[in-house]
Amino acid sequence: MKSVRMVTLLVAICLISFLLVKNSPIDPIQAYIGADMLKVGPEQREKIAEYWGLDEPVIVQFFNWGSAVLAGDLGTSMIYRQPVIEVIGERFFNSLALMLSAWLLSGVVGFVMGVVAAMKKGTWIDRIIKWYCFTLASTPTFWMGLLVLMVFAVWLGWFPIGMGVPAGVLAEDVTLMDRIQHLILPVLTLSILGVANVALHTRQKLIDVMASDYVLFARARGEKGFVLFWRHGLRNVALPAITLQFAAFSELFGGAVLAEQVFSYPGLGQATVEAGLRGDVPLLLGLVIFSTIFVFVGNLLADLSYRVLDPRTREVRK
Amino acid sequence: MSILEVENLSVSFKSYTDGFKEINHKVISSLSVALEAGEILAVVGASGSGKSLLAHAILGILPSNASISGSIKYKDEELTAARLATLRGKELALVPQSVNFLDPLMRVGSQVRTAANGGDAVSAQRKVFERYHLGKEVENMYPFQLSGGMARRTLLSTAMVSGAKVIIADEPTPGLDPVVIKEALSNFREFADNGCAVMLITHDIESALQIADKIAVFYAGTTVEIASVKDFVGKGEAIRHPYTKALWRALPQNEFIPIPGSQPHPSSLPSGCLFAPRCEMATPECEQAQPEMRELRDGMVRCIHAT
Repeated sequence: MKSVRMVTLLVAICLISFLLVKNSPIDPIQAYIGADMLKVGPEQREKIAEYWGLDEPVIVQFFNWGSAVLAGDLGTSMIYRQPVIEVIGERFFNSLALMLSAWLLSGVVGFVMGVVAAMKKGTWIDRIIKWYCFTLASTPTFWMGLLVLMVFAVWLGWFPIGMGVPAGVLAEDVTLMDRIQHLILPVLTLSILGVANVALHTRQKLIDVMASDYVLFARARGEKGFVLFWRHGLRNVALPAITLQFAAFSELFGGAVLAEQVFSYPGLGQATVEAGLRGDVPLLLGLVIFSTIFVFVGNLLADLSYRVLDPRTREVRK
Repeated sequence: MSILEVENLSVSFKSYTDGFKEINHKVISSLSVALEAGEILAVVGASGSGKSLLAHAILGILPSNASISGSIKYKDEELTAARLATLRGKELALVPQSVNFLDPLMRVGSQVRTAANGGDAVSAQRKVFERYHLGKEVENMYPFQLSGGMARRTLLSTAMVSGAKVIIADEPTPGLDPVVIKEALSNFREFADNGCAVMLITHDIESALQIADKIAVFYAGTTVEIASVKDFVGKGEAIRHPYTKALWRALPQNEFIPIPGSQPHPSSLPSGCLFAPRCEMATPECEQAQPEMRELRDGMVRCIHAT
């Protein structure tokens, strides 16, 4: 069932993005040749177009590209002069480190913030957390990235100013420590913004849970404070929080695009921006497919986590 | 000596209406009941008469916008918030209305175990489950897997394992079939016979009469009569208050005559006797002031005309 949905979604996304690219002002030949365009005459242009099949109807072009994709060939990136699949693979590894750390950090911190706010509802600490979340929920990622960059990299000088590895160092001399150092600021940026969603949802959900009949009954049995939260609050509020965090994969990806751009971090996001700006059509389409799968997997995990963790759905299937 | 004594209890809720005007809804007013050890007191009244709130007030689990006045005494000592905190779940136990009062994500066996005070919680829970004919597999179930009767017995088990002296059961019977109702009620009887006290809150006067020793009749947030079960015979000549009489007469096996009108809403209570607008015996005098609870023929009544 899910796989059928996945396939139809991918086909639709591919077709739409293919048509969008086709109708955009990007001229694939110009993008390929670049500055040497002046040296290419109209006849040569036509020859290239013919060689690439650009004179065929759009739908035929789509099928040509589509059948190549199905065969595992996403084409060659024009900017990197490398197969698209390799570019994505390498970039994805960088992005994964960034997104995974930000995802875990924002999930845990946001959850704790939401719990604290709900348990101390109406107090100053609740107000501060709410204010923080509302403010950050309306803060653009790139702006926060610039701010973090200014404070921690420029003024304080604690961290490198950008990129994934130090400049002027041979690839084999780059240590893990170097990579981590370069990772911290983008992760921080994404996490600072990512907590707002989880925190606000957790807060509201926990307030509902604490007002429920079963918590009332637990109070009547003499439970209170941390024991009450630990026994009844945590398990009832963790479930929606986990689901929400998985479903936030799309926002994470969107945030990573902007953060990577600000920090010149060589991840998928930066590659997407480059591919878009410089008209690298094969790479752009490859990235579209890849991000679709990524977001779909996030939602799928959210779905599955509920089925595995919630006894109401788990026990019924037995 | 009463084990639990509620005197002159009033509960009101603060709420805000249009224009952010703060109003106080008095949902329980000058209520007095007493509970003896070894006895079942049934608190009977229509829904919306404030019965559940009485239970929550005794256990101190009213929502934060509620304010409370009057006195509640347990074993002749005032039940302060601090004292309640030590007694709640240990000497005073609640048997709530429905399966919604069980944590949906926790196995029912563990939930019953959390109610146990000291000792071996697991064996205590298994013993109680066995006694209530809950199979061994039930302790590993989640609340959604229980039938109505099983849920009821599970809720009762939480009170049993706690070893409480006073059980307050809030509407334990609705939605159950007669066999299960009978079983649940006999469990309470057994509990009282062991020297504990039970307050049975219900709108089902028939079931209440089967097992209770005393009946407290609730109307619009206060008690109008406290009578022995023995008074409910024949045409209800021994009953004191006109509302109780009307309730008795409304039963199908009696005269099956409904009472006209409906219970007043807490926001528009009459100034005098709360039942006066629906009472056949009402005189202009009844509208002057709310009558005090007075003793009459070994019972209590809140009516100036009762004889």
